[in-house]
Amino acid sequence: MDNVTYGITMTVLGMGGTIVSLWIISLAMNILKRLFPHQAEKKEEGNVGSH
Amino acid sequence: MWEAIEIGASGLAVGARNLALPNVVMMGVGFLLLYLGIKRGFEPLLLVPIGFGAFLVNLPLSGLMEEGGMFRVLFNTGIANELFPLLIFVGIGAMTDFGPLLENPKILLLGAAGQFGIFLTLALSLVFGFSKLEAAAIGIIGACDGPTAIYVTSKYAPHLLAAVSVAAYSYMSLVPIIQPPIIRLLTTKKEKVINMGAVRPTVSKRTKLLFPVIVSLIGGLIAPRGIPLIGMICLGNFMKESGVVSRLTKASENEIANIVTLFLGLTIGATMQGQTFLKVQTLIIFGLGFVAICIDTATGIMFGKIMKVLTGGKINPMIGAAGISAYPMSARVVQVQGQRYNPQNYLLMHAMGANTGGQIGSVMAAAVMLSIIEGMGVI
Repeated sequence: MDNVTYGITMTVLGMGGTIVSLWIISLAMNILKRLFPHQAEKKEEGNVGSH
Repeated sequence: MWEAIEIGASGLAVGARNLALPNVVMMGVGFLLLYLGIKRGFEPLLLVPIGFGAFLVNLPLSGLMEEGGMFRVLFNTGIANELFPLLIFVGIGAMTDFGPLLENPKILLLGAAGQFGIFLTLALSLVFGFSKLEAAAIGIIGACDGPTAIYVTSKYAPHLLAAVSVAAYSYMSLVPIIQPPIIRLLTTKKEKVINMGAVRPTVSKRTKLLFPVIVSLIGGLIAPRGIPLIGMICLGNFMKESGVVSRLTKASENEIANIVTLFLGLTIGATMQGQTFLKVQTLIIFGLGFVAICIDTATGIMFGKIMKVLTGGKINPMIGAAGISAYPMSARVVQVQGQRYNPQNYLLMHAMGANTGGQIGSVMAAAVMLSIIEGMGVI
């Protein structure tokens, strides 16, 4: 493989692969936050409801 | 009798007789690193052992880097097989709080943009005549992450280890000098004063605990060659968030990290022997490393501008500059720049989020690079 092909492939796939990987991780982070919401907020909501 | 004294005396002079100019120059470089670490406070934990290691190894006939010598033993034990950078990663994971990043997950994308310099510098290195694997090692300086740079370089271009690692650590320590002019140049007055508000804790303990597991799983499936890097930083963070192994967490972030940092620094310094380090190639590597970090900062800010538009002006593009791995210096730089234009603006926690995103981004970029190189059959 010549250097031009290697350089372009690494640049495109490298930047693309990194951004796609981190985008998938950020989606997973959002899912985690929805599945396991912050407890303090839940308690506050509970307190508001009991007043 | 006189003959014996003469022979004995000549033995005492053998060191001075073997002192060559490259060794003297490199001792000077060692002293410069010591000065920067001690007087200027630039990454002293690394620059002091690196500087002293460079000084010792350039004393003639020390034998420190010969087979069986102390530095050679340390090199074979922890650098040649990538053990030391991986142990440092456990400590980094144990020290890092991903809370600010989890508060605003989209900021993680800034950590991706902050790695573009790696790949653009890789391409640029090929233009300068470096081989494919050498270009990968030089590009990784753009990760702005010493252990990652050492890990990749020791794997693909061990003969460039001294130049790449010294460049990586030097530029990491120079982030407060390199980044501000680029931030000021690439952002408008209106953008500089954008207030992102306060970060409220909205992340549960369980989310924080599962986060390193998810990162290992996704990162490992996409880029398996980077599992050692990703896995170790996630292990350290998992132990921290679990809260049940505080002895291991403390050992990782203190004793283990300190001991390994000392050995790592000395060994990197030991690779700076005058005869192999003083080349035009080393200067080019330093130049390319500088370009990589400038590109990282610029692409992070530009991506911040895109996110500003997509979020209706809620993101201050300056935090994009913190999407590199130099933690927490880069976040502090953004905070200082933000307050310079709006004293009421507290960007620190948002920038910390981008900065921890940069830590994951740099490891992920290295993992992606390793997997692509292997996939293309370059090695």
